[in-house]
Amino acid sequence: MNAVLDSSEMVESFKARAEAVSAQVERVANREAALELVVRLLQQEGVNDSPHSCAVWAASPMVAPADRISLQNAVPGLAFAVTRELAADAKVGISQMDFAIASTGSLVQYAEEVDKRLVSTLPATHIAIVATAALLPDLPSVFARLDARNSAYLSFITGPSRTADIERVLTIGAHGPERLVIVLVDNLEVVR
Amino acid sequence: MKKDFKRSIIDALGNSKLTGALGSFSVSYRASRAKAYEGIDFEALRNQIASIKSSAAARFDELADRFAQVAEVKGAKVFRTDNPQAVTDYIVNLARERGVKNIVKSKSMATEELHLNKHLEKAGFEVRETDLGEWIIQLAGQTPSHMVMPAIHMTKEDVAEVFSEKVEEGQTPDIAKLVKFARGKMRPKFLEAQMGISGANIAVAETGSIVLVTNEGNARLVTTLPNIHVAVIGLEKLIENFKDVAPILTALPRSATGQLLTSYVSIISGPVPNTDQTPKELHIVLMDNRRNEMAHDPQFKQALQCIRCASCLNVCPVFRLVGGHVFGKVYTGGIGTILTAWFDALRESDDIQALCIQCGNCKEVCPGKVDIPALILELRRRLAIEQGVPLVQKAIFAVVNNRRLFHSLLRAAPVGQFPFATGRFIRHLPMFLSGLTDGRSLPLISAVPFRDRIDKIEQPKGKEKAAFYGGCLIDFAYPEMGEAIVKVLNKAGIEVIFPKGQTCCGAPARYSGAYEVAAQNGADNIKALLEEDVKYVVSACPTCTVALKEDFIHHLTAVGRGEELPEAKRLSEKSVDFSTLAYRLIEQGRLKFKKGVEPTRFTYHDSCHFKRTLHADRFPREMMKQAGHELIEMDEADMCCGMGGSYTIKQPEISAPILERKLVNIEKTGAPLLVIDCPGCMMQIGGGLHSRNSDVKVRLTAQMLADCLE
Repeated sequence: MNAVLDSSEMVESFKARAEAVSAQVERVANREAALELVVRLLQQEGVNDSPHSCAVWAASPMVAPADRISLQNAVPGLAFAVTRELAADAKVGISQMDFAIASTGSLVQYAEEVDKRLVSTLPATHIAIVATAALLPDLPSVFARLDARNSAYLSFITGPSRTADIERVLTIGAHGPERLVIVLVDNLEVVR
Repeated sequence: MKKDFKRSIIDALGNSKLTGALGSFSVSYRASRAKAYEGIDFEALRNQIASIKSSAAARFDELADRFAQVAEVKGAKVFRTDNPQAVTDYIVNLARERGVKNIVKSKSMATEELHLNKHLEKAGFEVRETDLGEWIIQLAGQTPSHMVMPAIHMTKEDVAEVFSEKVEEGQTPDIAKLVKFARGKMRPKFLEAQMGISGANIAVAETGSIVLVTNEGNARLVTTLPNIHVAVIGLEKLIENFKDVAPILTALPRSATGQLLTSYVSIISGPVPNTDQTPKELHIVLMDNRRNEMAHDPQFKQALQCIRCASCLNVCPVFRLVGGHVFGKVYTGGIGTILTAWFDALRESDDIQALCIQCGNCKEVCPGKVDIPALILELRRRLAIEQGVPLVQKAIFAVVNNRRLFHSLLRAAPVGQFPFATGRFIRHLPMFLSGLTDGRSLPLISAVPFRDRIDKIEQPKGKEKAAFYGGCLIDFAYPEMGEAIVKVLNKAGIEVIFPKGQTCCGAPARYSGAYEVAAQNGADNIKALLEEDVKYVVSACPTCTVALKEDFIHHLTAVGRGEELPEAKRLSEKSVDFSTLAYRLIEQGRLKFKKGVEPTRFTYHDSCHFKRTLHADRFPREMMKQAGHELIEMDEADMCCGMGGSYTIKQPEISAPILERKLVNIEKTGAPLLVIDCPGCMMQIGGGLHSRNSDVKVRLTAQMLADCLE
């Protein structure tokens, strides 16, 4: 698949594969549009500052300290200081991914920091933000780029949590998130 | 065979919920696997995996040293042992020292091997399996029946009952609700546990990494929330380089569940921060339990290429009937038979190895390129050496091995069988032989065998000669098939001779592990078939052809008769199955189709050895189409018919339902004709159709060609 796909084909393939495993994929033009979309998604999910209604956002390079305040003003109940208790109680977790894989619809993240894992495992909904430019064609190309020395915990996420352990019937939402929204951001600087 | 084992097979076969679930899964699996591998060169991929894994297996000690060194520099503790008990002790002591009360576990076959849960519970810890399937069987007090889907043998009603009984009353058999219930009950367990135990799908020496592949997300929670993480890993999970994770990760989910990638893959390389920001205490146990010994066995080292995808279970015609519990407590199916023999004990595999019908489906789909059927035969051979061949079988071999006695007994048969015969079939046999005619009529032993008929056929005395190897079925039960073959080859100007010294191909002995007998059969045949100078040695029985081409060499080598190998190889080069030869002769223009043959709709059954060893499945289809006939493919055309040589006699309870499914698939096509390339399948399927009073006719490709060639 290498070198054969141009970037628009990669986006298309990524979107098709991710949707085939029940992820929702949204593409936006830039960072500001991404933040606006996340706010809208959080409001739709009913995130607020009443009990069991918060959202947790793991530290990510696309969110500047100044953004945090305006985001929290727009969505009361949104927290950037992620704790185990808060994540366990949250409706939504938000984090930024480092790569996306066109051939499988997967996201890849250097997830040594525990916040990143908490927000993508405990809440029922996970919003994953990734730069369009971070799309790679397939697994081998990802492994050529990844370095296990850079992170003690690498996470690959492909769709929401699922099980088929009872009568092989596919059921979304086992122990992890039951909803995965991927926000693909054009013109977002690739962090690594 | 032990009585309780036979009982367990009969119970499993009688469990319609089980056979229904596994049967429908085997159909959907086939389709989803094929789709998942679209655009991928499977042969290239599995060659790559086989090479990565076999090169690692040859250097377990070196890679384990390197893994331990790298992981320890990163801050992990690595414990290595060849003693399974020591693993249990290590974990129990660690948990005691750290004051652990609650443990959560994600799926780990290595800990199943140790029966770790039992030991931890006995030591007073609360242990929770968190994979949904594993939790269900833990609650039910059972063992996994499948390596990937441990509770595949249970229905939603069973699960609701287990949950209601063991967790909270009032659960209903609604799958979505049951999953949500499990999620709700398990969440606090994740949060309160002080220790998480996992296995690993891959361990990378270069980076000290472990790779965990899951769909539910439980492994992510197990390795994130508790402050202590213990990973128990069999040595066979080691690979050398980080980049080699990619091919294994490409194959594993595709082969296991038909997914492009599982929902989650976690690659852990050293301790990570805990939620209280302390560094996680990471213990990695590298367990040997005979893996190193296996790596030094010239035959069985290949089994270490397994990546535990369980595709060998999913395509097995026997597994889908009997399920996993018949196989034993930990590893099930084809690869499980081999692993049980090693990790448990050779004798434990005595009964289960006999379940293999040698159809070769698993060998075709194995992403680690493990020749599972050959390794099961090797187990059989070692068991036969250790325990001896059963007396009845010995008596049969004594007859088969004495050509004159064997043939004179077969000649006497037509007289003895008449009381039971209807037309060309035997419908019922008396007493202990009656199992043979359950659901299937047997062919009559012909009054005049082929060996006595061929001399009466007038043949062109050409310069090109072929020796015909009849095999017992064509010679004594279906001589008209031999006549058809002679007719076709004569049309191409080839004279056919029948060397009278030929005898049994040795397959019955081979499939019983009696290699000395098989080797002697081979030697007798080599001498007989090479006596006269012929261009081809032709057979129309795929099992016989494989014997001529491959097995004689293999058996003579195995029993140390190396000096006979040159002749065995000469025979191998001349040997060819009838349909492959006919196809070549048509391509060369030496055989031509008649004009105006009345077209017939037909379906085709792929015989196991014909397709998967001789790879000749394309030729009969092509020739039949060229003759003007219309092919209607049946479902599962290449699934075994249940004959399996003597399998049908040794495991009649399993053979019968395999045949039944084949007959249904044939009849569903609505074609009035079935074409095959194996007299064994002819006997099984032809007998089955006769017993159902079916109108479908069965013909060998050779018989069809005899009628439609000029």
